[in-house]
Amino acid sequence: MATLKTLIVDDEPGIRSGINRILRNFSVGYPFMDEDFDFDAIDAATGEEAIEILNSQQIDIVLLDNKLPGMDGIDVLEYINKKQMDLAVMMITSYASLELAIKATNNGAYNFVPKPFTPDELRSSIENIAKHLFLKRMTRRMQEEGKQIRFQFLSVLSHELKSPLNAVEGYLKMMQERQVGDKLDDYEKMIDRSLVRIKGMRSLIMDLLDLTKLESGKKQKELKKIDLNDVAKMAIDTMEPYAIQRNVKVNFDPVEDATLTADVEEMEIIFNNLISNAIKYNKDGGQVNVFLKPDDLNISIRVEDTGIGMSEEELSNIFQEFVRIKNQKTRQITGSGLGLSIVKKLTEEYGGDIHVKSKPDVGSTFTVILPGTLTNKPKQS
Amino acid sequence: MNSEMKKILLVDDDMDYLFVTKSTIKNMGFEVVTAEGQKEAEEKIKEFRPDLAILDLMMENEDSGFILSYKLKKKYPDVPVIIATSVTAETGYTFDLSAPGEKQWIKADMYMDKGIRKDQLQREIRKLLKL
Repeated sequence: MATLKTLIVDDEPGIRSGINRILRNFSVGYPFMDEDFDFDAIDAATGEEAIEILNSQQIDIVLLDNKLPGMDGIDVLEYINKKQMDLAVMMITSYASLELAIKATNNGAYNFVPKPFTPDELRSSIENIAKHLFLKRMTRRMQEEGKQIRFQFLSVLSHELKSPLNAVEGYLKMMQERQVGDKLDDYEKMIDRSLVRIKGMRSLIMDLLDLTKLESGKKQKELKKIDLNDVAKMAIDTMEPYAIQRNVKVNFDPVEDATLTADVEEMEIIFNNLISNAIKYNKDGGQVNVFLKPDDLNISIRVEDTGIGMSEEELSNIFQEFVRIKNQKTRQITGSGLGLSIVKKLTEEYGGDIHVKSKPDVGSTFTVILPGTLTNKPKQS
Repeated sequence: MNSEMKKILLVDDDMDYLFVTKSTIKNMGFEVVTAEGQKEAEEKIKEFRPDLAILDLMMENEDSGFILSYKLKKKYPDVPVIIATSVTAETGYTFDLSAPGEKQWIKADMYMDKGIRKDQLQREIRKLLKL
């Protein structure tokens, strides 16, 4: 149970104790809230006293009479507004003139409750204001979190984009200054590494484009019946030069009835990423096995490798953006760190699931399970 | 340079940046010990005390450089630390060392943009080493 601190500002002791009594046994709950709210009441007889309390503790709701002995309720409201306090104000007033109503609303009062009021009237007003406050705070928190995530993404992205630039620039400067002499041969390693980094940067940009398309939701899915056998074969063909270079054998046996209604380009992204990872993180002379397994409801795509594998700790966040396994065995392997997060996003768009099993030095198995029919397609009844 | 070369610990998870920067700093007349990450660096400082450390910020984690700096300062309070980063300009991240709260735990002596010019880098290193 969460408690909302409620400040009652009224010069009539009878009203204050009345409200106190009503709030004491009152709680508010909504289906979408994790917990109910109850109320803890604090009294103030004057506006000056109210301001003192507002400055010394966190108040959530203010029930504010306008006609007070010293400063008016509307002045207290103005003060709250100027200080941008995170709370909700409800005016209690016996003669609600239109002028006052407009002034108070302009200054951020949430509602009015006319005096005299019945306990039920007060309760229903309080219920509304508590809900309003909850939603206001929730909205703000979500905005802040959204900003935070975006900011973090940008800072990591700028790091990933600048690193290869810094590396290539550094090598070029070393060459410009002839740091290891005048023979071009002596710079061969630097040239090779520069080219590797440029290639890495290019693949990062390509992955980033894929990801942006996915996230903006702009890309129109071209849904067609496709045979995943074909997609798998195409991906294996694309990766073949790389597999030969790494001395890795890729095995695949087509199966019957591996058709799926999907966007062929997106399926290619899934296969390409999984198979290229399986080759990249393999050992010399290793194997990659690609399996398709349709059943009544789903089609699963399984890609096994006999590679370097991952520890529990490394496994824990590999689907996150820019997460790459960094250790002695992977230091020569380039990648954007976006591939698996793209695969996961795509899989989820199709209402599917992705799993991974891995053992260090033995290998990893990634399984993508896609529902036989798209979940976002209207279900046939 | 005198016979006792100052030892600089250089930590970065980018092997190319590490190679290039090591060569640059060596040419300035310093001895350079490298590590490719926070963990490796922690092992290295068990064995020796650097005269100065240049640490990358984002390595195993986004704040590896800060953590390493903290650990290094705990062991060798007098060793100056430079944190190298490439993220300041784009993101508006500021690492204002004047903020006392931050200075208390981050404990770096200087922040350096990775695109820094060689002569600037040399000047900063010499200043921190009081040469």
